[in-house]
Amino acid sequence: MNTWIQQLGQAGIRFFQRVGRAFLFLIKVLMSVPASLLRFNLLVQQLYYVGVLSMLIIVVSGLFVGMVLGLQGYNTLVDFGAEESLSVMVALSLVRELGPVVAGLLFAGRAGSALTAEIGLMKSTEQLSGMEMMAVDPVSRVIAPRFLAGLISMPLLAAMFSAVGVLGGYFVGVGLLGLDDGAFWSQLQSKVDFQGDILNGVIKSIVFGLVISWIALFEGYDTVPTSEGVGRATTRTVVHSALAILGLDFILTALMFDE
Amino acid sequence: MTAGIEYKNREQPERSLVKVRQMTFRRGSRTIFDEIDLDIPVGKVTAIMGPSGTGKTTLLRLIGGQLRPDSGTIHVDGDNVSELSRRSLFKLRKRMGMLFQSGALLTDLSVFDNVAFPLREHTDLPETIIHHLVLMKLNSVGLRGAYRLMPNELSGGMARRVALARTIALDPMMIMYDEPFAGQDPISMGVLVKLIKLLNATLDMTSIVVSHDIHETTSIADYIYILSEGKVVGFGTPQEIEESESAQVQQFMQGLADGPVPFHYPAPDFKTELFGLGG
Repeated sequence: MNTWIQQLGQAGIRFFQRVGRAFLFLIKVLMSVPASLLRFNLLVQQLYYVGVLSMLIIVVSGLFVGMVLGLQGYNTLVDFGAEESLSVMVALSLVRELGPVVAGLLFAGRAGSALTAEIGLMKSTEQLSGMEMMAVDPVSRVIAPRFLAGLISMPLLAAMFSAVGVLGGYFVGVGLLGLDDGAFWSQLQSKVDFQGDILNGVIKSIVFGLVISWIALFEGYDTVPTSEGVGRATTRTVVHSALAILGLDFILTALMFDE
Repeated sequence: MTAGIEYKNREQPERSLVKVRQMTFRRGSRTIFDEIDLDIPVGKVTAIMGPSGTGKTTLLRLIGGQLRPDSGTIHVDGDNVSELSRRSLFKLRKRMGMLFQSGALLTDLSVFDNVAFPLREHTDLPETIIHHLVLMKLNSVGLRGAYRLMPNELSGGMARRVALARTIALDPMMIMYDEPFAGQDPISMGVLVKLIKLLNATLDMTSIVVSHDIHETTSIADYIYILSEGKVVGFGTPQEIEESESAQVQQFMQGLADGPVPFHYPAPDFKTELFGLGG
C-alpha cells in the first residue's frame, strides 16, 4: 500500500517538475525571440521547413474536407430548401472550427513531430551541448527561430486550409450539384463576418501555433537522449498537441462565440 | 587508497590553468566525485584515465560549467566556474574548447560552415577573412580538401578532425578532448595523437584528454590522473604511473580483468541463489 502511494506521489512530483520545466522553457524561448529576429536568415530557413513544407498536406486536406462539407451540407440543406446557404455553412465550419483545428492537427503531425525529432537528435548527438561549449545559446540559436516559424506558419496554413476548403465546397456545390455561382459567393460574402468569424479563427490558429511549437520544441529539448527517448518524445508531441488543440478549441469557442 | 595518499603528498605541478579543490559531485544518491583535488598545468597535455563509469566525461562537463559541483570549487584561469554568471561563463567558454566523443558537428551545416560557426557567432570578421581562417584551420587537421562535404559524408575519424578544426577556430587557451580515440582505426588514431600533440605545442595550449586508450594517451600525455570510485587514485608522469605500486592503477594500466574493480557485479552468493532457484 505504502509503495503504491509512494509511486503515485513520485509520479505526481515528476509530472509537476516537468510542467515547471516546460513553463521555464517557454519563458526562456519568449525572451530569446527578439534576439532571434536579428538572425533573419535562420527564421526564413525555418519558415521554409516548418511552413512551406507543410503546405502540400494542408492544401490537399483542405480541398477534400471542403468537398466533403459541400456534399454533406448540400444533402442536409436541400431537405429544407436552403441549399443556397451551402457556401455559408462550408465557410463558417471551416473558418471558425475546421480550419484552425484540422490544420493544427496536421501541423502537429507534420511539422511538430519533425521539430521534436530534430531537436531530440541534436541533443542525443551532443550538438546542443557542443553549442553551449562554444558559448552559443542553443535556445536563442536553434529553438527560438523554430518557435517563431511555427507561430507565423500556423495561422497562414489555417487560412490556406480554409480558403482551399471553400474552393472545394464551391467545386462540389456549383460544379457538381448545380448551385448558382453568384448566389454561392454573395451568400458567403454577406453572412461571414470578418471580426466575428475570420478574426476569431485566426486567433485560434495563433494560439494553436504557439502551443504546438511549444510542446514540440520542449519535448525535443527535454528528451532522454537515446533513440527510444526521441521516439517517445515524438509520439508525445503528436498526442499532447492533439489533446491541447481539442481542449483549447472548446475553451476558445466558448469564449469567442458565446452569445 | 595508497595511491590517493601518494597523490596528496606529491608536489603539485607548475602553474595550473584548472584547479579543482575538495570537489564533490553526486547524481541522485550516487557519489561520482568525493572531495577530489586536481590540477591541470598550463601548456601541458594532461590525461584523465580510469575505468568506465568513473565520471571522466562528467569531470570535463564540470570544468566546462555544464554541471555544478555539490561542494568544493573548480577554478579555470582564476575564475570559479560554478559561481560565474551565464554571460561570464560564455565569455570563459570562448577561451576553451571541447572535442566531444561524437564530434557534435552541426549536421545541417557543411564542413566549412561548421568550422566557420564559432567565428561567425563571436566575431565580426568579414567573410573573406573567415574563409581564409577556416581553410587554415582545416589545413592544420589535413581536411582542407573536404570543406564542401556534409557531416554525413565524413568517416568517424574525419568528423573528429573537423570538430577539432572547429574547436581551434577561436584559438582557445585550453581544449578538453572527450575520448578522442574511441572507435578509431589505427591510422585515424595515429593522426589524432599527432594532432593533439602538435596543436598543443604549436598553439601553446593546455590540453585535457579523457581516454581509455593507454598506449596512445601515455605517448602524448605529460601528466596522467587515474580516477576510480570517486577518488584520484594515481597522479604523475606516464613513467611514474607505470611504476606505481597502487593495485588500482596497476589493474587499469595492465588491463587486468579482476582486482580492486571486481570482475563480478555485486550479487548474492551463487550457490545460495542456485539452491534458492532449484528449491
